[in-house]
Amino acid sequence: MSTIPIVAPGQSREESTTLQGGRRRRRPNLLPHALLLPSLIVLVVLVGWPVVKLVITSFQHYGREQAFGKPATWTGFGNYTKVLTDQSFWQMLGRSFAFMVAAVFFTMVLGTLVALLMQRLSRGMRNLVSVGLLLAWAMPALTSVIVWGWMFDTDYGVINYVLTKVTGHSWMGHQWLLNPLSFFVVLGVILVWQGVPFIAFTMYAGLSQVDHEITEAAQIDGASAWQRFWQIHVPYVKQVVVVLVVLSVIWDLRVFAQVYALQGIGGIAEKTSTLGVWIYSKGTATGDYGVSAAAAVIMVIMMLAISFTYVRQTIEEDDK
Amino acid sequence: MSVAVAPVRAVRATTAVNRQTARSRWSRAGYNAVAVVVFLASVFPVYWMISSSFLPTNKVRATTPTFFPGPSDFTLRNYHTAMFDQARAQFFPALENSLKVTLLTLVVTLILAFLASVAIGRFLFRGRRTFIIAILVVQMIPGEAMMLTYFRLIDGAHGLNTILGLGAVYIATVLPFTIWTLRGFVTAVPKELEHAAMIDGCSRSGAFWRITFPLLAPGLVATGIFAFIQAWNEFVFALIIMSRPEAMTLPVWLRTFQQATRATDWGGLMAASTLVAIPIVIFFLFVQGRMTGGLVSGAVKG
Repeated sequence: MSTIPIVAPGQSREESTTLQGGRRRRRPNLLPHALLLPSLIVLVVLVGWPVVKLVITSFQHYGREQAFGKPATWTGFGNYTKVLTDQSFWQMLGRSFAFMVAAVFFTMVLGTLVALLMQRLSRGMRNLVSVGLLLAWAMPALTSVIVWGWMFDTDYGVINYVLTKVTGHSWMGHQWLLNPLSFFVVLGVILVWQGVPFIAFTMYAGLSQVDHEITEAAQIDGASAWQRFWQIHVPYVKQVVVVLVVLSVIWDLRVFAQVYALQGIGGIAEKTSTLGVWIYSKGTATGDYGVSAAAAVIMVIMMLAISFTYVRQTIEEDDK
Repeated sequence: MSVAVAPVRAVRATTAVNRQTARSRWSRAGYNAVAVVVFLASVFPVYWMISSSFLPTNKVRATTPTFFPGPSDFTLRNYHTAMFDQARAQFFPALENSLKVTLLTLVVTLILAFLASVAIGRFLFRGRRTFIIAILVVQMIPGEAMMLTYFRLIDGAHGLNTILGLGAVYIATVLPFTIWTLRGFVTAVPKELEHAAMIDGCSRSGAFWRITFPLLAPGLVATGIFAFIQAWNEFVFALIIMSRPEAMTLPVWLRTFQQATRATDWGGLMAASTLVAIPIVIFFLFVQGRMTGGLVSGAVKG
C-alpha cells in the first residue's frame, strides 16, 4: 500500500516519483519557470503596466495640458463622481445593457434552434447549413459591417428594395441608421448574423453528446419532443449554455468596432454609443483622460464580475 | 380469443407506422426548407459583397439591384480602383503593413505561447494556478477600455505609426488565448509516449522534441492561424496607432472609402472588402473545427 505515489501540491509528478524511488534527490525544477518567464514579462509589461497606468490615471486630473507634459494632479474619487453623476453615462449604460440583452437572447435562441435543426437533417443538408454558417462566421467584423451597411443603404440598398416589393409600401430612401432604435436593429442583425454560427456549432456539438439511448427510452415512455428537450437535452448541455451566455454577454457588451464603423456609415454618435465607444469618445472629444479612465476602470470591473463564473468553471475544469 | 385480437392489433400498428412515416416525411421536407433558409440568410451578405464587387457602377447605383449578374455585367474596374486609385491611401503599402504586423504577432506569440503552454501543460509547480488564473482574467479585460492608455504609452515610447508599436498591442491581446489553447494540445499528448521513449534510451529533451513536438504541430498551426486572423482583422487599435496614411493597415485603409465629403463608391468598397476578407475566410475554414470542439469537450464532461 505504501507504494501509492502521493503528489504534494506544488511538486511535479516526475519529482515525486524520483523521490519515492530514492535514487537521487533533485533540486526544485526551475525549467517550468524558465519556460514561463518570457510570457510573464510580456504580460506584465504589455498588460499589467497599462492596467496600473489606467487605474492611476483614473484618480488624477489628466487633461490636454497633462498630455503635453504638465504634471497631473490627484483628485481622489473626483473622476468617478463625475462619471457616476453624468446623465449620458447612465443613458449609455442602459442602452448598452438593453442592446446586449436583446442581442444575446436572439443569438442564443436562433443558435440553439439551428443546432436542433442540424440534428434533424440528413448529412448532405447539414453540410450545406454548416458551410453557410462558416462563411458568416469567418467574415471579418469590419467587412461585415460594411457589407450590411451596403445592404441597408438608403438609396441603392437591397433591403429597401426587397421591403418595397414585399410590403407594397415604398421603402426607397428609408434611412436605417438615422433613428437610434433602428440603428440598433441594424447593429443587432449584424451581431446576431455573426454570432449565431458559433452558438449553433457549439450547441450542436454539445447536443450530439447526449446519449441516444436515454432519449429513445424517454420517447418509448411517451415523453413529447418538448419534454425531451427540456428534461434531457437542457440538463445535459447546461454547462455549455452557461459558458455560451457568459461569453455572449461579454462580447456584446464589449462590442466596439461594429458600433464605431456603423456610426461612420451614418448614425448619431451621441445617441448610439455603447460602453467602449463612449469611453473612447469621452477621452478623445473632451480630452479628459482622467474621466475616461475612471469609466474604463468601471467597465473593467464590470467585465471581470460578469466573467467570474466562466473563469471559475474553467479553472475547476483544469483541476480535474 | 387471442387469435381474433392479434390481426386487429397488427393492423392498428401498421396504420400507426404509416401515419408516422407520412408525418416524418412532411417534417423532413419542413426541416429541409428551413435549412435552405438558414443557408441563404448566412451566405447572402457574402454573396452580395462578391457579386457587387464585379458590377459596373451603373448597376451598383441602380434602383433595381442585380441579383444574378450576367456576363455583360462583369467588370474588374472596382478592383482596379481599389488597388490603384491615387486619390486615397494606397492598397499595397497597407497590405505590406498588415502582413508585417501580422507576421510579427504570429511569430512572437507562437514562440512565447509554446514555451508557456509546455510549462503549464507538462509541469506542476508553484505559481502554476496563479498563472492560469491570470491568463483567464487578462482575457476578460476589455481592450476597448484600454485604448487611450495604450495610445499614450505607445506614444511615450515613440511607437506610434510603427509596426513594432502596433505589434506590441496585438501580442498582448492574443498571447493569453494562445497559451490557453496550446495548453490544451500539450495536455492531449499522453505523457506515457514520452516515458516510453525515455525507457528506450531517449533523453528527456530528446523525447520531447522527437515525440511530443511533432504531435503538437497541428496545435501550433491552428493557434497560429488564430493569431493571424486576430491581427489581420484588428481595426480599433490600428485606427488610433497607425493614423498616418503610409502606416495604415488594411482594415484602416478600408475606412478611407467612406468619407463624409463624397458619396461612397460601394462597388470599389465591396472589391476592397473582398480583398481583405478572402484570405481570412480561407484560413478560417482550416481551424474552425478546433474552436468549438475544445469548449464542448471541456464543458460537457463535467
